[in-house]
Amino acid sequence: MSVDQHESQPLNHHILSVLVQNRPGVLARVAGLFARRGYNIFSLAVAPAETEGRSRITIVVDLQSAPLEQITKQLFKLIDVIKISELDPRRSVERELLICTVKADEDRRGRVIELINIFEGKILAVAELVVTVSLEGHPDKLDDFEDLLDGYGIVELQRTGRVALPKLERGARVRAVNKFQTPSSTSTKTGKAG
Amino acid sequence: MAERITGAEALIRALEHENVELIFGYPGGCILPAYDPLMESSIRHILVRHEQGAGHMAEGYAHVSGKPGVAMVTSGPAATNLVTPLMDAYMDSIPMVAITGQVPVAAIGSDAFQECDTVGITRSCTKHNELVMTADDIPMAIRQAFHIATTGRPGPTLVDLPKDCLQNEMTWHWPTDEDVLASLPGYRPNVKGHPRMIKEAARLILTSERPIIYAGGGILKARAADALRELAELIDSYVVTTLMARGAFPDSHPLCLGMPGMHGNATAVTSMQKSDLLIALGSRFDDRITGKVDAFAPDAKIIHVDIDPAEQGKVRRPDVPIVGDAKYVIEEIIKEIKTLLESGTVQADTSAWKSRVSGWREQFPMTYEQSAPGEALKPQFVIEELSKLAPEHTIVASGVGQHQMYASQFFEFNEPYTWLNSGGLGTMGFSIPAAIGAKAARPDTTVWAVDGDGCFQMTAQELVTATIDELPIKVALLNNSHLGMVKQWQEMFYDERYSETSLHEKVPDFVKWAESMGCVGILVESPEEVAPAIEKANSINDRSVVIEFRTDAAEKVFPMVPAGQSNEALILHPTQEDTSGALK
Repeated sequence: MSVDQHESQPLNHHILSVLVQNRPGVLARVAGLFARRGYNIFSLAVAPAETEGRSRITIVVDLQSAPLEQITKQLFKLIDVIKISELDPRRSVERELLICTVKADEDRRGRVIELINIFEGKILAVAELVVTVSLEGHPDKLDDFEDLLDGYGIVELQRTGRVALPKLERGARVRAVNKFQTPSSTSTKTGKAG
Repeated sequence: MAERITGAEALIRALEHENVELIFGYPGGCILPAYDPLMESSIRHILVRHEQGAGHMAEGYAHVSGKPGVAMVTSGPAATNLVTPLMDAYMDSIPMVAITGQVPVAAIGSDAFQECDTVGITRSCTKHNELVMTADDIPMAIRQAFHIATTGRPGPTLVDLPKDCLQNEMTWHWPTDEDVLASLPGYRPNVKGHPRMIKEAARLILTSERPIIYAGGGILKARAADALRELAELIDSYVVTTLMARGAFPDSHPLCLGMPGMHGNATAVTSMQKSDLLIALGSRFDDRITGKVDAFAPDAKIIHVDIDPAEQGKVRRPDVPIVGDAKYVIEEIIKEIKTLLESGTVQADTSAWKSRVSGWREQFPMTYEQSAPGEALKPQFVIEELSKLAPEHTIVASGVGQHQMYASQFFEFNEPYTWLNSGGLGTMGFSIPAAIGAKAARPDTTVWAVDGDGCFQMTAQELVTATIDELPIKVALLNNSHLGMVKQWQEMFYDERYSETSLHEKVPDFVKWAESMGCVGILVESPEEVAPAIEKANSINDRSVVIEFRTDAAEKVFPMVPAGQSNEALILHPTQEDTSGALK
């Protein structure tokens, strides 16, 4: 099984792709809502979206803390939240970036580099006893990579948290390319909160 | 020609454009520029004695008038003093707009004098808030604040205005409705319920043999009292009115069962519990209503009408969820029911259920034991007298505690918007400022604040505001020299260990205190004095009146469902306990 084929998800996690107005404090509103209602965030990534003045926040939520429906509805009550898409892991593409400084003295450097090559990672910097490496891919692939690096001794590690978009269906892929349109997502049909 | 005015002038003009007639407020450093153009404005300003009072007055005004209440205060401690009323308004869905001063933009984040992170602090106790960064943005911020506060599920909004934004010049403009909508792409409250769900609700209602209409505060927000009555009469169903919905359906109506919940009457509590269909209209399955959720109304299907989608399924999964405005949806359900009836559908027979419920009602009326001669007054007796002697349309505002429950239980509410209380947050001290706000909205109506001695000591200073600004209210102060509700819990659940619940029997002297604030103060200690004192208070209209009723500290609120227990565990008044089997 290739490292790219992972489709499994951490237990009880779900991905929300939240389109928001990019206004001061919007991230604080979202994070504050999770804190106030006792919902757990597993990871969170935020950056400007395709339309000016909009940002997309990708939140991986821990469903042990609350049902997804309540989390979604409460999020939707925030005035700055425009659209929420619940991404089914089986029907979405997910990516994450990891950078890591790992111990790699002369004896082990070859094996570390071999590992990096297997995973198609990039070496960003090399020092006498350590190398800094980056890897982009499915979060599960990053998990495996991290586990293996740990065997050599991780000095510092940073992951971005995952970003995700709906996977294009075979037909939709062609249509989307032809019409240059955004694909339909599994967005919630819930009415806007009052 | 584009008109150049200051941000402060733009603020006041914007408020005038929003048809604001009244502001409850308190000036200070950062909001000072706004107070200058206010002198030329048509808007009346009520100078409160504490910013919390401004917030509760705005709430009382809003609840009674149906218009958003406005509170305007300065930065820092003034803004933090507004936090309690904002949270109160958020919990009870009251439309309110708060305007706060802020330190100049350049000083934000520098720990300047009277600086605080107002939008950060109030983020979780407002429906929305906004820190304005330039004078040009003031009109839009105000329009958005009023739009958001008054549409969908109403709630408080806050606009934080740095001093330099108020001082700087801007070009006056007034955003159109389209501008406001375009600026809020994520805010589109759903008013019309889903037609299929409305049809399903109508069908389900006609098949129910044991229906109960569970009317909540949303009925009042949606101005849906008439629609509610039409529905209840059409399907001949009993109605319970929650603490937030007292008056939404007349207590005098034969179909009214009154208040359910922790201190609800036995019939209201039990009929919900035994029902096969709860028609929840603008109610939110609060823990004070459901008791232990798993054991709540186990046989009931649920139709849940609420404009806030997040209320659907938050506590109890509805069989028929309808997201929409209560008035609109109820009217649509009525139409559907009429259509079904006309096309030959026959409503299920509810007569057995009706006679069962009316049997409970006869057997378990609200009750208390009258005091023996020489004993302290019974608080329930005072409320009953107050109700009997109340002039038409009288508004009652209560604080929080035993007196709140007695007022809700023993006052007969027959009109909407005649009952104000802090239902969700349970804010002690709510009654006096809320009553003043109500009086400001209805100057020709008698407004009674029913208060306890604990609550009174939290916000009584606003009676000075009532005197100075000529908003005379009447206060029925039920003084049992204790934090009565807390004491009741200590008696029942903490082995009668009374930790810190005794106030003092002699201090303060409430009559003197009332008189010092320009009110008439009356002390009542015996039952025969009660009615004459109330009549006297009702006849005084040029000043506020405080009647201190010395009440029995041993009296407890019944019925009671102990916190966290099933509604089946209802504790009746001791005189009814041995008949409780009849409720099974």
